[in-house]
Amino acid sequence: MITVVSIMVLGIIVGYFIRNRRLLVKINDKLIMWAIYLLLFILGLSIGANEVIMKNLPTLGLKALALTLGGVIGSISLAWLTYVRFFKSKE
Amino acid sequence: MKGSLIILGFFTAGLLLSFYKIIPGDLIKEEYSSYALYFLMFLVGVGVGADAKAFQALKGFNLCILLVPFTTILGTAIGVTIVYLIIPDLSLKDAQAVGSGYGYYSLSSIIITETYSKSLGVVALLANVMREIITLLAAPLIALYFGKIAPICSGGATSMDTTLPIITKASGKEYAIVSLFHGIVLTILVPIIVSLILSLG
Repeated sequence: MITVVSIMVLGIIVGYFIRNRRLLVKINDKLIMWAIYLLLFILGLSIGANEVIMKNLPTLGLKALALTLGGVIGSISLAWLTYVRFFKSKE
Repeated sequence: MKGSLIILGFFTAGLLLSFYKIIPGDLIKEEYSSYALYFLMFLVGVGVGADAKAFQALKGFNLCILLVPFTTILGTAIGVTIVYLIIPDLSLKDAQAVGSGYGYYSLSSIIITETYSKSLGVVALLANVMREIITLLAAPLIALYFGKIAPICSGGATSMDTTLPIITKASGKEYAIVSLFHGIVLTILVPIIVSLILSLG
């Protein structure tokens, strides 16, 4: 947790100082993309070799769908309250 | 949408290649992939720091804008808690960890996989990809029935990039800054909240 936060803060500081060097920023964006592709490919590899997970894939998918619907419906319902209470009157 | 399909493609390719034993599943040692994760987190930080829009969005600051990421975080927590109460075989911790991806599927699924559980990592990947896709498809309807903040909250961390165009279309240009600010805040908070939840007993 502390590792994660400090690495990210360090990144934000470095990013702030290179913000005017467009080439570096562009390279950074590409690197992020390929790092994500690589990590998810590796995740795929280790999942495919895991028989327990492969057998339960449909169940995992259904759980994911339920959690997504819960998260989206929960946040848009609360968003309606926030909108009516704090934003609508200012339009 | 295209980006999330490419990512799912890489994941599926890896899955099939090792399932049919074309490439061994333990090709890369676990400790290397956690270094790769740290490297990714650093790069994401650099991306946020270098984003001129991030600081401009902060300048248009007023107190109400702060409520929007808070709404998403609280609303998602309530929603997934209800799901936890309804469906069997799901712990509250797992439900909250998946919910706290707020659509940021790549980072949240990788953190969960590396530090907690592979199968929950798969759930997080699928759930958060679905969140982005639902927002892309339903933003206009969501804005119509739940108000102009709702598509932003539905988009979660993606409201700063992939879902920003459709949100701007559904809620109007005046909400672009709110959407941008919201996405940036959540992008920074996703790794923090997810690892915080996973570190709780």
